[in-house]
Amino acid sequence: MAEYSQVVKPPPTEVGVLGWLRKNLFSTFFNALLTCLALYFIYFVLRIVLSWAFVDARWAVVTTNIKVFAIGRYPYEEAWRVLVCVGIIAVLGVLTAILWRFKDSPVRRWLVGAWLLSFPVTGILLRGFGDSFLPGVSEDLWSGILLTLVLAIVGIVASFPIGVLLALGRRSKMVAIKVFCTVYIEAIRGVPLISVLFMSQLMLPLFLPESLRLGTVMRALTGMTLFSAAYTAENVRGGLAAIPRGQYEAARAMGLNEFLVMGLIILPQALRAVIPAIVGQFISLFKDTSLVVIVGLLDLLGVAKAVTGQQQFIGLQREVYSFAALIYFVFCYAMSQASRRLERTLGVGER
Amino acid sequence: MERPPAGTVHPDRGPIRPSPRREASSFGQQVIQFLLDERVINVLVQVLFTMAVLAVAGWMIYNYVQRGRTFTFGFLGEEASFDLAEGLEFSPTDPYARAFLVGVFNTIRVAVLGVILATILGLAAGIARLSDNWLISRIAGVYIEIVRNTPLLVQLFFLYFAVILKLPDITDAVTLPGPVFLSKRGIAIPWPVPAGSFVYWWPFVGVAVVLAIVLQVVRKQGEKRTGRPSFGLLWVFAPLINIPILGLLFFSFGYWWAFVTVALIVTVVLQVMRSRGEESMGRPGFGLLWVFAPLVIIPVLGLLILVLLGWPVLGSSPALLADLPEMVSKAGGVVRVEGGTTLSPEFVALLLGLVIYTGAFIAEVVRAGILSVPKGQTEAARAVGLTNAQVLRLVVLPQALRVIIPPLISQYLNLTKNSSLAIGIAFLDLYAVSNTMLNQSGRVVEVFIMIMASYLAMSLTISLIMNIVNRRIQIVER
Repeated sequence: MAEYSQVVKPPPTEVGVLGWLRKNLFSTFFNALLTCLALYFIYFVLRIVLSWAFVDARWAVVTTNIKVFAIGRYPYEEAWRVLVCVGIIAVLGVLTAILWRFKDSPVRRWLVGAWLLSFPVTGILLRGFGDSFLPGVSEDLWSGILLTLVLAIVGIVASFPIGVLLALGRRSKMVAIKVFCTVYIEAIRGVPLISVLFMSQLMLPLFLPESLRLGTVMRALTGMTLFSAAYTAENVRGGLAAIPRGQYEAARAMGLNEFLVMGLIILPQALRAVIPAIVGQFISLFKDTSLVVIVGLLDLLGVAKAVTGQQQFIGLQREVYSFAALIYFVFCYAMSQASRRLERTLGVGER
Repeated sequence: MERPPAGTVHPDRGPIRPSPRREASSFGQQVIQFLLDERVINVLVQVLFTMAVLAVAGWMIYNYVQRGRTFTFGFLGEEASFDLAEGLEFSPTDPYARAFLVGVFNTIRVAVLGVILATILGLAAGIARLSDNWLISRIAGVYIEIVRNTPLLVQLFFLYFAVILKLPDITDAVTLPGPVFLSKRGIAIPWPVPAGSFVYWWPFVGVAVVLAIVLQVVRKQGEKRTGRPSFGLLWVFAPLINIPILGLLFFSFGYWWAFVTVALIVTVVLQVMRSRGEESMGRPGFGLLWVFAPLVIIPVLGLLILVLLGWPVLGSSPALLADLPEMVSKAGGVVRVEGGTTLSPEFVALLLGLVIYTGAFIAEVVRAGILSVPKGQTEAARAVGLTNAQVLRLVVLPQALRVIIPPLISQYLNLTKNSSLAIGIAFLDLYAVSNTMLNQSGRVVEVFIMIMASYLAMSLTISLIMNIVNRRIQIVER
């Protein structure tokens, strides 16, 4: 059996770094040519970008304005409240990440409760309560990254119940409700967000009594929510469609009425199935919050635009907009990576 | 829920007894029983819902009227008294209606160009992302991730304020071969203008159209007779495009045209021979290279011969003339570009931004589509003896397209809707023009109805076209 022990090693050109290079970069003549072109392209782009970023760029415009980017016009003496809010959410996030694995224990229920409670708490912290304890900060003063986050989070959270109702309405057998929901969803999805935002800024006040005045941020939030609800509805409808008919029929056979079937059997399964889609929608909503700059709000992009107009930093648009893009990128990329992991671990249909 | 009449025997479940309703004794109980009937509830809920919607609408209209506002489209005929520098000709004395039209036209221009260019970019990036070459796939990946994870408006601001407006002044514009002048005033490019002999070009177009119709009829008849078309749709479109191009070449390049024509004929003959061989032997007699080589070699040879002989390469009366942009210095040191056509900086920024942004999304759509074709399909096709190109053309692409087209439609719709971000960089699209109209006339609701209607009309048109395409491509499921 000597010949079996004499295993011939693969040639050095097939394994290790060399083998990898050969396989992935130089497998054919054409591939090698492509590799060379690609290398030159990378060199060309990196030389421009790096020499600008490390030599020519004047990053002082970002470093001196970092507070402005973060909270904008929010009064600085009250900035600790924003920090506390971030702290609450960070602690909750870490706790959730650690404790969520304990299934069938009340921990999960507490966590959900804590998350639900965190909304009014952060809201009161930011908005202020009474005069002496937490002096009020009008939401029209919220700006910078703070406003971007508030718009995205409130937009998705507030749109969720409306979206679920719209989705159920669109599947309803009652013609009046079905028509209303379908027309609403399709009309909103057919027009750009910016027109919905403008509508909420300019048209909404005309249709409300003069006594009812909403601030610009409130109006933008209304617009975002109404817009986002139509997209949530379509996502939820996809989830509902994915539930096999047997589930519905079995639940009916158990003697549950329509509401209980929906509430106990169909919706829990459907909503679990649409979590990845909702996360995706949240990412695009987060990016879309930048549109409020067009209706004059100072979100991250709005603050960036205002900074480019500062006297001592005139003409530094590249630095400012690159920084804004970087912030958006970090948030969105982190979220999309997280959602990919979520999609894998969640495994739709898992019990 | 429909109930079978009481007493009927259900095949599976045995007799159905009448529901144990208590006899309604009093009028009150009768009313309650009536109200609890499912059909009655259905109608009641709908009536209540409609009334609630109408009430809210009525309340809103009441508030609107309380503010002393009216609703009329009469302002559309009034003088706009603002200027529009982009697109169709417009003067401040023109009515609002025309201003709106200019905006619609500008939006359509950006959307159509954007859709075409974004598809090309997205296709290239999607295929590059799947490339065997690690570097190429990584470059495409970085592009896709960066673009997808930053807002379009940030990209537009960057392109407009930080790239295009940072281009040099027109006095020292960047000159590219063409000539193309890049400056912060925009991009000046050569533009074709019809010359005197342009009218003689129309016969070529006519012949092409007639030929295409004839070919299509022949094709359809073959389909009727044998159940499958006698030749591919390609053979119908090829002359439709080639003959007009040949016509243009004929006028522009006198003698050289002969070489190009010969080359085309040789190519067609070779391709026919090739597919004949494929039919009889099961695989082509020679590679596709042999078909395309003459198409390149003969015209190049012809060009060389003409130059060597000293004969003119260009024809005496070209049908199209290139109107080249040129720098003109005016008195007082004013420099301007004349001739050609100048794309405004706003247009360039918007188009570039939309194409780069949507391209990244289309790339992901294309990638997912190609990956959705099971590997077994490719392997089976290879096992049957198809060539690489045939595997892609006959097996992979038709199946991938079915997955690609539906999300592609929504990307096209997104691009059209996203073109409304033009207002952020002052490009005068439908939305930006409407905004000016709205500020000047104060007709908020009316203008918004017009905006909504226009975007919905565009969305529906795109959906309609793409759904027709989609229907042709999808398999008929059992």
